[in-house]
Formats: sequence, structure tokens, C-alpha cells
Amino acid sequence: MKKSVLASAVAATAIAAAGMASAQTLQQVQDRGVLNCGVNTGLVGFAAPNAEGEWEGFDVAVCRAVAAAVLGDPSSVEFVSTTGKTRFTALASGEVDMVSRNTTWTFTRDNDLKFEFVGINYYDGQGFMVPRALGVSSATELDGATVCIQTGTTTELNLADFFRANNMNYDPVPIETNAEAQQQYLAGACDVYTTDMSGLAATRATFEAPGDHVLLPEVISKEPLGPLVRHGDNEWGDIVRWTLNGLIAAEEYGITSANIDELAQGTNNPEINRMLGTEGNFGEILGLESDWLVNALKAGGNYGEIFERHIGESTPIGLARGLNAQWTDGGLMYSPPFR
Amino acid sequence: MSDVHARTVAYVRESEIPPAPPPEAVGGVVKWLRDNLFSNWFNAILTLASLYAVYWVLAQSLPWILNGVWNAGSLAECREILGGTSGACWAVLSERWNQLLFGFTYPSELYWRPSLAFLLLLVCAAPVLFPALPRRMLILTALYPFVAYFLIWGGSIWTPVLTAVGFMVGYAVYSRLVTQSFAMGFLAGTVAALVFWSLQGYLVPPLSTVAPIALEAVPSRDMGGFMLNIILGTVCISLSLPIGIALALGRQSSMPIIKWISVIFIEFIRGVPLITLLFVANVVLAYFLPPQSNLDLILRVVIMITMFASAYIAEVVRGGLAALPRGQYEAADSLGLDYAQAMRLIILPQALKISIPGIVNVAVGLFKDTTLVSVISMFDLVGMIRGPILASTDWNGVYWELFGFAALLFFVVCYGISQYSQWLERQLQTDRR
Repeated sequence: MKKSVLASAVAATAIAAAGMASAQTLQQVQDRGVLNCGVNTGLVGFAAPNAEGEWEGFDVAVCRAVAAAVLGDPSSVEFVSTTGKTRFTALASGEVDMVSRNTTWTFTRDNDLKFEFVGINYYDGQGFMVPRALGVSSATELDGATVCIQTGTTTELNLADFFRANNMNYDPVPIETNAEAQQQYLAGACDVYTTDMSGLAATRATFEAPGDHVLLPEVISKEPLGPLVRHGDNEWGDIVRWTLNGLIAAEEYGITSANIDELAQGTNNPEINRMLGTEGNFGEILGLESDWLVNALKAGGNYGEIFERHIGESTPIGLARGLNAQWTDGGLMYSPPFR
Repeated sequence: MSDVHARTVAYVRESEIPPAPPPEAVGGVVKWLRDNLFSNWFNAILTLASLYAVYWVLAQSLPWILNGVWNAGSLAECREILGGTSGACWAVLSERWNQLLFGFTYPSELYWRPSLAFLLLLVCAAPVLFPALPRRMLILTALYPFVAYFLIWGGSIWTPVLTAVGFMVGYAVYSRLVTQSFAMGFLAGTVAALVFWSLQGYLVPPLSTVAPIALEAVPSRDMGGFMLNIILGTVCISLSLPIGIALALGRQSSMPIIKWISVIFIEFIRGVPLITLLFVANVVLAYFLPPQSNLDLILRVVIMITMFASAYIAEVVRGGLAALPRGQYEAADSLGLDYAQAMRLIILPQALKISIPGIVNVAVGLFKDTTLVSVISMFDLVGMIRGPILASTDWNGVYWELFGFAALLFFVVCYGISQYSQWLERQLQTDRR
């Protein structure tokens, strides 16, 4: 009984604190002059500081775009590094204004934890990596394999479901961290390593001979990753949502960091004009300057450019666009219209 | 006479022969080897096996260490330079050494400040550690915390100066009243210092405008790397010693309230893992504090680690107190000393002497435990390695070199502490002969 009183007191304080913090997030960010953005403590390609201490990565680029849209300067971001355990409390307590930290959009996180996912910037899913020498070309041929799997994650459950649905047996090798998995897999302790596709690709990129290992085509779970904000401040949620949509739409309409200055003078495509503020008053509707999206796009380019620079095929991580291609190219990236 | 003697007895020597060295078999290297390494067939086998093991480890690791690459921009480049041969990629250290030592957000042009603070730490800790040094140097030790705070965090010089003045005010009140009673002096001194510190907030801004002496301020969030481990370790160990002693005395006290507070505190803190306390510091406190009044994260962590360490030190000191013969307590009483005097002059000097190995054990353990802050997303040495450096596209996959470097840094400090404590035990002769 006492415990539940304490628990509800914590919850009530949390909600009160969250309510106070979230009512005027845009105003607070503008007064502060800095956007507080929660990011990963370090994930290859998605968020990591470089040798000069500047944060860079795919998730970091979203923070920078939002900061540029709201404050006009992509560098006025205070990056707050959060672990998987601290990210939600940091957001709920108002320590950060938004979280962009490869967070899977799930029912309970959206509804039970009282957050609002503003969109999806990366469609991930669980996959398999095997040595090329094994001669396996599909995950359905893995009957009887030993599998390295991180314990206590959803990947463990997904794996069990997949093998049962396909009437196959497997021998799990439980491991704690990605680093350990890497060593075990290379030492031949398991035939297969399974985790999210982006993680597999990043892991493979660190091998001495990446070409000796293949990622199997099957993706057995849905992991839509996206930025999130607190419940209760819809204006702020809209700003983050439409900044992300703007990045995606810009790729669709061919707005790049190279030609944006030219296009911002005005074009004969009304949708581009509305996005870049030469027609209509979309910035004003959001409570921002008219060139908000111009600034956001200048921060790191459009969605496609960000993808290529941090995790695309030209980087050591070498992820293909796949599901993350524009809908016009057979992917799932689809921004609602700017109208 | 001697001539006659020499001639008459031809087989008698005229002079002493120089002493011959002992035969090879019973002296020198051979004897040592035979006594220590090959005294019987079983030891001989063990010796050969150990030699082979040492050779094997060195044969595996030395080429890898010596063949290492120091100049490269990424792991892939390292491997290209090595061209398939075995070798370490030390380039990660030459590129990221500053991040490993200072964290990635501490401004690089200000590295001299924490470095200077570290050198001063060695100088100012010396009079406490080595009794042979002149006692007057203790003034340096007393001033050090304020100087170090000013150097590492920066900001206006008046904050640390006024804090120091607060201590002096407290001490002045204490020394005036201590002649009447220790407890009264202590309480009055504490109250006076607290009153002064509560007024401090009003004094700093006007003083800063009159005499604007300031260093560029660096927020706590920018601290990282091995510097953070050293800050946490030094602060928490030095704070937890007095608190731990007070708790140990409190636990032995005859006053029930003080006794039970101490017992509950010690048992509660010892019953909770440190990592849980750190999560409380990071996560739960954030809920209770209003969003804008963000109590400094380092301060929160320092409080939690200090509480944890003082509970352990209290138990170590209690062991020392229990080891003293009853007669020592009675002797103090029979001399007519009051409680504070008896403790200060008779009991504690002996009890602490006995507790040195235990205290050092706690200190070494605590220093290594500071790496746990990496799980609450603070970038200490291990946090820097696990987070930013291993997550950079360039250096993902470099494990041995980075963790080896971290191990080396920790080993140097912990071995130093351990050697010092052994020296101190020899000085104090803790075995009470």
C-alpha cells in the first residue's frame, strides 16, 4: 500500500513536472537560445562525437535541422547523451526538448509512457548475418544453426517466433553486448548473429574482411525509429514533425543543399515555394520565421543527403536505402503534402 | 728465526692463501636457481611450465604491441598500413588521447587548467600523506579544494573565495567556543558558516562587478574522461573519510537516536548496490526537482558515491575501534578526558592505524567504481570508450588498445595508492609490537 502511494506520488510529480515543462516548449527554446536534444551515448553512424568533439550522425542531423528551423542556427544544440534506460525520463522530466535516439515507435511508448512520436526517420528490422563460407542464402535454411543473440531484448523473442513459425530448431548462444557478439561470432562460437539490420551492417563494417560475411535478405521484425516529444505540447510536436517531413519532402522535390539558395529565390513549382517560404505563410502558422525550412535544409541537406553522408553506401557502414527510399522509388519515406 | 723455520719445515706455508670462491654447485646463481626454482622434480616442472607460459604470452603480445601503428585516421587505414600482419592500432590513442583524458566537450585550449589542478593535487596532498614534511604546508592542503574548483570549473573567483571565507568564519566561532565544550563549538561554528554561505549569493554579483577576476566557466556537463574519474575519486574519498569516522563513532554511541540513525544509514546504504544509487541520482531526483532548478549532475553523483563510501569506511573504522582493548577506553576515562578528547587523543589514533589496510581497500575499490557513472550517460574514461569512441565510424572495432590504455591508467593510480599504504603501515608499525 505504502509502495503504491509512493509510486503514484512519483507519477503525479512526473506528470506535473512534464506539464509545466511542455506547455511552452517553443517559447522556452527560443528564450534559452539552445535546443536540448537527447541523443544516443554513441551508435555508429547514428550519433557519435568526432575527434573535435562535434556530434554527428543520422539522428544528430534531425536535432540540427530542428535547431536550424527554430533558432536559425544548426549549432545551437545542447546534445544530452542518454542511455536506453535514461532517455524517457530525461524527456518526461523536461531535461530535453526532444529525443532523437533510434527509438522504436511502439504502442506502449506512445500511449502508456505519454510520448508523441512525430514520424519515422529510419525503418529498421531484425536480420541475420552469416559467414559467406556457410553457403546460406536465406534465413529459412538455418535449421539447426547456433545463433548469437543478445539476452533480454525483443530480438530474442522475435527469433524464437520466427524459428517456430518456420518449424526449425536453433541453438542460442546468449551474449550481453554487441562487442561481445562480434568476438564470439568471429571466433566461430555461433553460425549466425542476429540483431537490427543497421547494427549488423555497422558490425560487419568493422571486420577485417567484411566481404566474407553476408546479410540475409529476411527481415523478421518491424523497428520503425523516429524522434519523439512529450505529450501535451502539440505546437512543439508539429514543429518537429514538419521539420522531419520537410527533410523527406525536400528529397522528393529535388531540393538539395547545393541548389537551395537558387530555389529559395522562387520557382514555378508552388509546393517548393510554399516549403521554402516564398509563397504562403507556413512559417508563421508554425510560429517560426518564413525561411524556417530553408535553414533546416541548409543544416545538413535533405533526407537523402543526410542518409548518404552518415550511413549510406559510400560510408563504411554501407546501408542500402531499402525501405528507407522515397515512396516514388519503392520505399516507405512519404511526407504528407505541404499545402 | 723465520728462515730457519722455513727451511726446516718445508711443508708449512709462509703466507695465508686467499679464500677461494665456493664451488659453483653450492653458491651464486646456480645455488639460487637450485634452491628456488629446481629444488625437486615437481618444482622443476612447475618452473618450466611457468617460463613457457610467460614466453607464450610475450611472444603473442609483444609483436602485436611493437608492430602497432601510431599514425592513421581510422581502423581501416590502420589495417591497410599493417597489410595483414598482426599489430595494434595505437593511432586511436594518438588521435583521441585528449578525449580519453578530458572528455570530448572540455575546451581544448583550457586543458592546462585541469592539468595544473592535478599537479597541485600532488603537491597539496603531500603534507597529509607524508608526516615528515613541514606542518605549515597543511595550509596549502586547506586551500587546495577552492583553487582546484576555480581552475577546473572556472567562473568568478569570488565564489570559491567566499566559500573559503565561510569556512574561516565557522572556524573562528568554533575556536572561540571550543574551550567551553567541543559540541557547542562545533555546532555554533557550523551554524555561523551556514549563515555566511546563505548570504554569499548576494555578495558574489557586486564583488564580481567591482573586481571582475574570472576564468572562462566550464559547465559540469563538459567534464569527462579520466579527469572525471579522478575528480569523483578524490572528492568522494576525502569527503567519505570524516563522514565514515563520524558514522562509526555514532554507531558505538550510547545515545539511542544517534546510534539508530547511524545503524539504519549504514545498513541501508550497504544493502543497496552503488549502481542503484547512481540511477536514483540521475533519474529519480530529476522528477522531484522542478525542471529549471537542475541540481548539478556531478554534485548529485558525488553525494551518492560519498554516502556509499562512507557507509563502508564506517564499518572499517568500527572494526578498528572494536579491536582496541577495553583498557584503552578505561584509561582515557580515568585520566578525566571528556568524550571528544578521549576520541581525538587516545582512541582514534590507534583505531585508525589498525584500519589503514581496510580504508585503502575501500579507497581503491571506490576509485574503480567511479567508472560505473558511464551507465548513467556520463562520459568518464570507460564511458568515453564505450560511447563516443567505439561508436565513431572511424574507430568502431578497436577494443584491446582502448581498454588496455584504460587499464594501464587505473593500474598506475591504484598501484600507487597500494604502495603508499604499505609504506605508511611500515612507518606506523600497525602490528603493535
